[in-house]
Amino acid sequence: MAGLISRGFLGRRRPAEVENRLPPGQYLVTDFPVLSAGPTPHIPLERWSFTVEGMVRSPVTWTWEEFQKLPTQTFTVDISCVTKWTKLDTKWLGVSVDTLLEAVQLDPAGRYVMAYSDGGYTTNLPLDEMVNGQAFVAYQFDDKPLEPVHGGPARLVVPHLYFWKSAKWIRGLRFMERNQPGFWESLGYHIHGDPWKEERYSGD
Amino acid sequence: MVQPVLEWQAGTVTAIRPETQQTKSFTLALPKWMVHRPGQHYDVRLSAPDGYQTERSYSIASPPERVGELELTVERIPDGEVSPYLHDVLVPGDQLEVRGPIGGYFVWDVSLGGPLLLIAGGSGVVPLMAMLRHRAAQHSTVPARILYSSRTGGDVIYREELDGLAAGDRAFEAFYTFTRQPPAGWTGYRRRIDAGMLAEVIKPFGQRARVYVCGPTLLVEAVANALVEMELPTAQIRTERFGPTGA
Repeated sequence: MAGLISRGFLGRRRPAEVENRLPPGQYLVTDFPVLSAGPTPHIPLERWSFTVEGMVRSPVTWTWEEFQKLPTQTFTVDISCVTKWTKLDTKWLGVSVDTLLEAVQLDPAGRYVMAYSDGGYTTNLPLDEMVNGQAFVAYQFDDKPLEPVHGGPARLVVPHLYFWKSAKWIRGLRFMERNQPGFWESLGYHIHGDPWKEERYSGD
Repeated sequence: MVQPVLEWQAGTVTAIRPETQQTKSFTLALPKWMVHRPGQHYDVRLSAPDGYQTERSYSIASPPERVGELELTVERIPDGEVSPYLHDVLVPGDQLEVRGPIGGYFVWDVSLGGPLLLIAGGSGVVPLMAMLRHRAAQHSTVPARILYSSRTGGDVIYREELDGLAAGDRAFEAFYTFTRQPPAGWTGYRRRIDAGMLAEVIKPFGQRARVYVCGPTLLVEAVANALVEMELPTAQIRTERFGPTGA
């Protein structure tokens, strides 16, 4: 369909240094839109836990208190939602997935991960896109505890993929041998979800 | 489920109808029309002469029974980039690039049954209207209710059509609430949707209600939280939200 010009459309231009950070088809927001498929779970912290399981020698579970003692990092990253908005320089505090993996012995055949959440949400990711500082479990946004509507108490953040991969209300990672679709990936969204390749929907 | 590849196509604008001061409905004839499920959306892409492009998503207002056509109802966001173009520049005969249908969770069709409770805030009514138009086109007798919150009487989209549907169908009722200025002589609800209002509207459906909530984040949060408090199973509550952006 290349070639159709929208009659009379000029577009809203941003300075090149901003424009270059927006993946194709995305627009800039300064607020923080909320999207989710169902009610926001509200889990008391004393009942929260985080588990790494599946193809690991023995699963590990942290309570909220234990999780808070894990070494943290701050991350300032750009995030892009498949619904077209991109937000620049979002500031998070969380635990890198690398840190979590130090606690388990992974079966080398477990190349894929299913992140799962309170409320039943799931999303799948390749392991090699979650290591080396590419993914973290965040519990602070902008120096404040992460609000439930934005995925608190803790959410996955994988900034180089569309934000549906950054599971809100995350409770664990399950390692798998084969790549299996999660919630949105089963409903027509792309299995991988790279915003720079505009992998929005199945078949893109 | 096998997913079709979604290709961009150039629809032709065949009609533009003002709904309220801030909203218009755009009818497009699509060369590669595909059947959709009520609640789904389309992506719209605008291209400038120098190659700049931008995209937005808009809910489908028309039912799948309207073969070959697509109707999108769009609210004009004053500082937006795409909705002011659609409202102020686009005229019948123009072409508009779209692709879809998209989204597989916030959907309802008669095969899913009911009872069906639809809760709308502002232009969040659009995907719910597609469900009601589909239900009517199928002559479905699934019990259905809509609770629709607007700021003022003039902000209600599809008011006549909703009232018309309710008048001709004993299984469907429309409830409105106004948060700022109700229409003259209004005796119904005049506050934000709250737990008490929800309890009244959901009453005949009880715990069996399938609920679809669409509107601004604050409304959706309040409604979904209240329904969870009422111990409605969370799998029966589907939400679609838009924040202050979505321009």
